[in-house]
Amino acid sequence: MEMKNMKVSLSGVELQNPVIPASGCFGFGYGMAEYYDIDILGSISFKGTTREARFGNPLPRVAECAAGLINSVGLQNPGIDEVIAEELPKMRKVFHQPIIANISGFSIDEYVECCEKIDKEEQVAIIELNVSCPNVHGGGMAFGTCASSVGEVVKEVKKVASKPLYVKLSPNVTDIVAIGNAAVEAGADGLCLINTLLGMRIDIKTRRPVVANRMGGFSGPAVFPIAVRMVNQVAHACGVPVIGCGGVSSAEDVVEMMMAGATAVEVGAANLVNPYACKEIVENLPDVMNRLGIHALSEIIGIV
Amino acid sequence: MTKIQNLYKVVSNRRLTHKTWVMTLRGDTQAISAPGQFVNVAIPGKYLRRPISICDFSHERGEIVLLYDVVGEGTKAMSEMNEGFSVDMLVGLGNGFSTSSVGSRPLLLGGGIGTAPLLNLGRALVRTGKQPIAILGYNTSADSFGMDRWFEEIGVEAYIATVDGSMGTKGFVTDVIRRFDIEGDYFHACGPMPMLRALCTSLEIPGEVSIESRMGCGFGACVCCSVETRDGVKRICKEGPVFRKEELIWK
Repeated sequence: MEMKNMKVSLSGVELQNPVIPASGCFGFGYGMAEYYDIDILGSISFKGTTREARFGNPLPRVAECAAGLINSVGLQNPGIDEVIAEELPKMRKVFHQPIIANISGFSIDEYVECCEKIDKEEQVAIIELNVSCPNVHGGGMAFGTCASSVGEVVKEVKKVASKPLYVKLSPNVTDIVAIGNAAVEAGADGLCLINTLLGMRIDIKTRRPVVANRMGGFSGPAVFPIAVRMVNQVAHACGVPVIGCGGVSSAEDVVEMMMAGATAVEVGAANLVNPYACKEIVENLPDVMNRLGIHALSEIIGIV
Repeated sequence: MTKIQNLYKVVSNRRLTHKTWVMTLRGDTQAISAPGQFVNVAIPGKYLRRPISICDFSHERGEIVLLYDVVGEGTKAMSEMNEGFSVDMLVGLGNGFSTSSVGSRPLLLGGGIGTAPLLNLGRALVRTGKQPIAILGYNTSADSFGMDRWFEEIGVEAYIATVDGSMGTKGFVTDVIRRFDIEGDYFHACGPMPMLRALCTSLEIPGEVSIESRMGCGFGACVCCSVETRDGVKRICKEGPVFRKEELIWK
């Protein structure tokens, strides 16, 4: 079989393929390296990191849905300093591709401080600004659902970040293109979408919400069509590279997301039900490309 | 790297009581390294897997035995998996029980379906020359599924307690310890949280308990089952499900 070209470029950052485990579904990679050689991945978007260490929300934090799940983890992470001192060195031992740093926060200062610190890490190639976490109060999604606050946080972070800045957008908005444009006007180099949809399940026997935090972020194959639609809208309207994310579970989904306009593709929930999901996607991509007559993945970006 | 996700054939799947079933599967057991680990079972038509503790396994025969209560749609679907059905499972998850530095006379304390992972533990302890004693607690005799006989088959003395007194000693596993003056030098426990809390806060001997939680992935990726312990934040599915009694914080 002819060697397939799976390379893509995100704002000058060359990836060997477009497959990226999404933040919050892969930790800092080294845990997953127990199961396969994670160096086959295009990149990894690491666990959403804040200034201070966070335990996150009370348990239960997960609820099952048809073709997906709700999580209300709430940005559990060891804090930016610990991430730099402990997690990244462990990650570097088993992962030698460009790293995407997912940064979240509760104030503009916090976003700026974390981005300034992570920007100095050599292997971090892209900063993914998480303004769309639905599981924390007064932070995360509170920034990402308002065009002016997205613009403000992006503008301030841009002053301290030398690496390409991608803004991860929330689908829980009326007009995602308006939010995307606000980020781009403030200096974002790219966009990543979608984060989870705010959802809720109720245990009808106990008459209580299934997750302790009442609501959580809904993800999985069920949201894929929404993600494809939003990626398509944003990619054609905002003029910057897009990382497509939301319900991607197969090599075919990667191709579809790229045709919609994604330059690279994040895989989230699929990793949680099959630890080998990303490996299988990377391995299946050449066959799928062959079947569809695709010579280079970069040719299909946004053709629809 | 041992692959943790494989397909397993159902060898048998039968009902033991009004709610408890036993399923034997055949397939690759290489990823299982300790008693007390669990599998995560894919259920056709359900997005998330169902974590079930390993009751017994044999590397020689390539067999895994699961005991499970039918409590919801997922376990109901498991009870409908017939002989020959191919089951997608993640295996060898979690840390499992320790079998060294556990004294010479460890107590195996189980409550309800929580007695399941103690069977293979008993087998492993006997193999290393220990003399474990099993004490099994149920609500009522109708809930007992014959685990005491399985223990005796592997050379482990077993006692039963029932809350309503319909079988064995009336009361809890701790009542059996008192009634028969059972002296152990370590305890391994698995069962409902109130039982584990009582054991950790009342037994003076060192010990460890296996706890359960609603889980997302079962292998440490999603951090949906984190607990704060005296040694920092841990994932029940990865650093657990077995924790030393000193590690756990009872609020």
